[in-house]
Amino acid sequence: MKLKTLASAIALSGATLIAFPSMAADDTIKVGVLHSLSGTMAISETTLKDTVLMMVEEQNKKGGLLGKKLEAVVVDPASNWPLFAEKARELITEKDVDVIFGCWTSVSRKSVLPVIEELNGLMFYPVQYEGEESSKNVFYTGAAPNQQAIPAVNYLKDELGVERWVLAGTDYVYPRTTNKILEAYLKDMGVAEEDIMINYTPFGHSDWQSIVADIAKFGSEGKKTAVVSTINGDANVPFYKELGNQGISSEDIPVVAFSVGEEELSGLDTAPLVGHLAAWNYFQSVETEENEEFITQWKAFTKNPDRVTNDPMEATYIGFNMWANAVSEAGTTDVDAVEQAMIGQETPNLTGGVAVMNKNHHLSKPVLIGEIQDDGQFETVWETEGVVPGDAWSDFLPGSKDLIADWTDPVKCGNYNTETKTCSGQNY
Amino acid sequence: MKYFISFCLLMFASWMPVHAATTDVLLEQLTTTKLSKLPDMVEQLEAQGDESLLPVFRAWLAGDLHYVKDSKAIVVETDVQGKEVYVDPFSQEQLSGLSSKDVKKIKVNNKLRGLLRGVIARIQLTSNNADVREGAVRELLSDIDEDTFATLEVLYPKESNNDVKEMMQTALSIYTAMDKSSSQTSRVAAIEFLGGSLENDVRNALLKLSRDKNEVVAAAADKALVDINRQVERYALVDQLFFGLSLGSVLLLASIGLAITFGVMGVINMAHGEMIMLGAYTTYVVQLIMPNYIDYSIWVAIPAAFLVSGLMGVLIERLVICRLHGRPLETLLATFGISLILQQLVRTIFSPLNRQVSTPSWMSGSWEINPVLSLTLNRLYILAFALLVFLALVFILKKSSLGLNVRAVSQNRSMAKAMGVKTEWVDAMTFGLGSGIAGIAGVALSQLTNVGPNLGQAYIIDSFMVVVFGGVGNLLGTLVAAFTLGIANKFLEPTTGAVLAAILVLVFIILFIQKRPKGLFPQKGRAAE
Amino acid sequence: MSKLINWFSEGRSSGKYTLPFVILLLAVTVLASAANLLLPQDSALYVSTYSITLLGKYLCYAMLALAVDIIWGYCGILSLGHGAFFALGGYAMGMYLMRQIGDRGVYGHPILPDFMVFLDWQELPWFWHGMDQFWFAMIMAVLVPGLLAFVFGWLAFRSRVTGVYLSIMTQALTYALLLAFFRNEMGFGGNNGLTDFKEILGFDLQADSTRVSLFIITAVLLAVVLMLSQRILSSRLGKVTLAVRDAEARTRFIGYRTERYKVWLFVYSAVIAGVAGALYVPQVGIINPGEFSPINSIEVVIWVAVGGRGTLIGAIIGALLVNYAKTRFTAIMPDGWLFALGALFVLVTLFLPKGLIGLYGQLKSKRQPASSQEVTS
Repeated sequence: MKLKTLASAIALSGATLIAFPSMAADDTIKVGVLHSLSGTMAISETTLKDTVLMMVEEQNKKGGLLGKKLEAVVVDPASNWPLFAEKARELITEKDVDVIFGCWTSVSRKSVLPVIEELNGLMFYPVQYEGEESSKNVFYTGAAPNQQAIPAVNYLKDELGVERWVLAGTDYVYPRTTNKILEAYLKDMGVAEEDIMINYTPFGHSDWQSIVADIAKFGSEGKKTAVVSTINGDANVPFYKELGNQGISSEDIPVVAFSVGEEELSGLDTAPLVGHLAAWNYFQSVETEENEEFITQWKAFTKNPDRVTNDPMEATYIGFNMWANAVSEAGTTDVDAVEQAMIGQETPNLTGGVAVMNKNHHLSKPVLIGEIQDDGQFETVWETEGVVPGDAWSDFLPGSKDLIADWTDPVKCGNYNTETKTCSGQNY
Repeated sequence: MKYFISFCLLMFASWMPVHAATTDVLLEQLTTTKLSKLPDMVEQLEAQGDESLLPVFRAWLAGDLHYVKDSKAIVVETDVQGKEVYVDPFSQEQLSGLSSKDVKKIKVNNKLRGLLRGVIARIQLTSNNADVREGAVRELLSDIDEDTFATLEVLYPKESNNDVKEMMQTALSIYTAMDKSSSQTSRVAAIEFLGGSLENDVRNALLKLSRDKNEVVAAAADKALVDINRQVERYALVDQLFFGLSLGSVLLLASIGLAITFGVMGVINMAHGEMIMLGAYTTYVVQLIMPNYIDYSIWVAIPAAFLVSGLMGVLIERLVICRLHGRPLETLLATFGISLILQQLVRTIFSPLNRQVSTPSWMSGSWEINPVLSLTLNRLYILAFALLVFLALVFILKKSSLGLNVRAVSQNRSMAKAMGVKTEWVDAMTFGLGSGIAGIAGVALSQLTNVGPNLGQAYIIDSFMVVVFGGVGNLLGTLVAAFTLGIANKFLEPTTGAVLAAILVLVFIILFIQKRPKGLFPQKGRAAE
Repeated sequence: MSKLINWFSEGRSSGKYTLPFVILLLAVTVLASAANLLLPQDSALYVSTYSITLLGKYLCYAMLALAVDIIWGYCGILSLGHGAFFALGGYAMGMYLMRQIGDRGVYGHPILPDFMVFLDWQELPWFWHGMDQFWFAMIMAVLVPGLLAFVFGWLAFRSRVTGVYLSIMTQALTYALLLAFFRNEMGFGGNNGLTDFKEILGFDLQADSTRVSLFIITAVLLAVVLMLSQRILSSRLGKVTLAVRDAEARTRFIGYRTERYKVWLFVYSAVIAGVAGALYVPQVGIINPGEFSPINSIEVVIWVAVGGRGTLIGAIIGALLVNYAKTRFTAIMPDGWLFALGALFVLVTLFLPKGLIGLYGQLKSKRQPASSQEVTS
């Protein structure tokens, strides 16, 4: 008797465990949203979740796609990297989504990648990243290093006459790669070894006293010095506070950051930071009609007149519009058809130009350099003449200088070696 | 030469009531000039030698210079009780009827700021305030040209203030030492004078001179540099010690509340970090309520944070912890659940984004002892504040009746109860006190780091380490442990890097606890078992 | 055969559920696997591969919970750092899987894994050698956690670090490892960890059959570990550990070298955690330093508390239920699931001190007040 009760209890829990409900509504197109809503990355990623929801709503106002309404499916991978893979699988196989907008950190993308490739899903990745990747199933709408880091260094060198460089970053792949590329690039330009200082700190580093003092010392040796910062999210606030308090002004040692946008600044008193720089493909302060409309929409959607916009939001905006165009062009949400329709897709960006999706699944974008203002916005001080095509494989790294990505016939490969004419590392 | 001329003009033309007509033309041109051409405009404006332009330059430097779209008139934006108003830079009269839509900002970037600082410094050389004059000369040290040199030579004999005089002499010496056309003896003499200065620009000049072709000059520069470097190194050590103390004070603040709840009550409060977080958010809310009194907001925030976190602590104690009495490991689990709930609660109320907490003006900047040693004010205040909190807490525990009861309960609960101590009330108060102190720590931390839902998480493990290392139940141990770990960390960091330093400190604590399982200052007596 | 079953199922009274539980576990495993492999996708009874991997992951967590319960429930050692042993086992497996990629990596390097090419490393660090052999990697997956547990336990238990001190030290241990593995110089892939695995022992990791096999292996190993642990804990050694839990000083005075018992049990538990980690990695496809995070280890303790501390089956059930709830909640209410999870922890500790198993016992004893009370603690 006892045994039976226990057995049936366990059997019951086992049964519910297995029988996941699968929704079978075919009258909508499902858009998966894979952004952390809790945990350490929630700070950045919830904004992108809201952006996708807003875009879905706007698209539905326009009548949806292919005569169907769009439906957003939101899950929370909770800043837990294995959970990203699990949730991606859930979105594709259980929820039957047609496209996923998601991920922020490199590791979450790397975790999701095998799943997306195995199940032939489609994902849009909207954040600036280290490059060295091109998957058939992923479109990269954020900046590659050549669309952010290299133009920024050129600006510092040519416009501000910088001769000494501090490359400061959080210890993970994006800063490591970016700094490697920059180091190689700077040395190519004749910068001496002792004029480059590289420093890595852990995630969420909060005690910057010694490092800022080191930077100040490094910068006080007569040559114009700049800091190229790939410091990640949370660690920036204490870093800038320390800079301000130790009295390092942007005229003495300008800091150019690749991960600090309007949203990060909104959690910060920017008065001591005025004049420090950031390189992005978009600033909220850019005055164009599209941008004004987007900002108005965003403020209305979040019901918060003080909400700011930022670069990854623009990347999401471009990615979503391109996807919508590609779907209507292909007449289906089938991944292979949409993937081919995506290449060469053009859509207006928010800074007055046109974004083009290239054969390597990366975008062509303009590069803007902005100075931080005391109202938490950026003032554009320099921008590239035209758009810069995103480079999946850096030309400045020995391992990848011969690699290219081309998803059109006849190459059809994410990492094609132009020397050996081989395609490696593909999961097909 | 043009600066010299402008300077003379400036000296004699200051009686002029209205600036020259060309100035007006130039100012109007400002409104149409491209960013890349603005540096030329700065030079042309300075060449006017018009002292009344000083407010314009200052506003420009601060990014407050605007022009009215219709009339092209130059105006300065100022802030009056949180509202933007526009004033005429010359008459300082407020211009009514202008809003932010009617004006446009005149751009400024780093290059312009550098130029403007130089211009302002040159104008300020004749200021009435000695500090301003000294600052102006220091500003010019990095870039002394012929004109500046000539100006300073004229001003030097007239100068009455010794500090300013010395700074001027430093400037003159740099120029002389660098000047290849002056005699070797005067150059060496100048270098010898510079040897006593710690100014950064002096060091840079000497560094260049040590590579000079004239060997005597180079040798003199080398010698001066050795002297300077020795001093700089000594001050760097002081700096490092201060960094360590500062980190220690942060650790002390974060862990001292835990020292009470964990040390005295034996409760492992995993939600301790969230009490700190609540304190930081309280600071944010206080600043929201009184946006025009940021300088005083801290004084409101400290008691407010104490109350908010303290009350939350009492609530948690009454609802959860008192039911788990004598099961420390279970309280750990329950409070972990509470910490999840509290984190999600602030995420729901305040959004997951970091919140902006401003630093009061009296806390920003640094205390410059000399050019190579300056201590940041906010950390200095936090260090003092941490010690103050510590002393207050010791006082409460040693001298107040609550403290007596707390100690009685922690030493022998049943005996205390038998003596008529309301142990439940004491428990609630102790927990409230510990949590309240954590809230106060949150106010301090809001000045240093992010105010976001993860704030507490970042400090919880460190706090436990400090308390265990110092010896549970001993406040003095917590103090010593916090500063030891802080200083050790900062002295390891230059050689090992930040991450390895943290790892080494952790490994050290683990090994230390094996050797002395009860920490630095173990509790003595039968109660300890 | 019946002798073997007898050997496993004899012992303390709470052990009498072990055998039925194991049979049930294996039956569910076989049915689910068959439903995945044999039934067509549109069948109502089809079990998706997603569910299979999810179940496999839960079972790994269950094994980890079992490891924690062995020392916490039976010996009173609350480890807040068991995630470290789990992750170390996982890293050993991850290194093997990484070496299996061979020249199919992104850069096509025959020996070096991608992240090393990426960081310009010229040759394999010494600790990566031999990891291309499955047997060697598996020995490491057991040996490394075991050795770490031995050194840590030997130091800590000999100097009689107990109670909350010990808990916090284990937390420091896993935190230190977390920081260390985050460093790219360590040679374990830094924050990104090890990922993009292709195959295990020549079998394609993305094939359904491989996934199902891994799931079955996990279930079988869990069953073996459960029965073995039950057996050990109901032997003489188990009785001593119970005595240590309830009154360490007295046990010591009787003449037992309590620290030895504690060290060996701790090592045994760490080895189980390592095995769980090694099984976990091929199923989720990634191992990174996040697994060392102290929060993860605390969560494991909570699974045990929810299920019922001191009952091995309880630990397993707790792990399964909490993780299932997590999967469901993160999908149903992405914004509020932490509230539910937090509340669950608080309520369980407050009202179910013996966990769900204890609740079952209470209900039963209420229904049958006459029957003899079981001693479960």
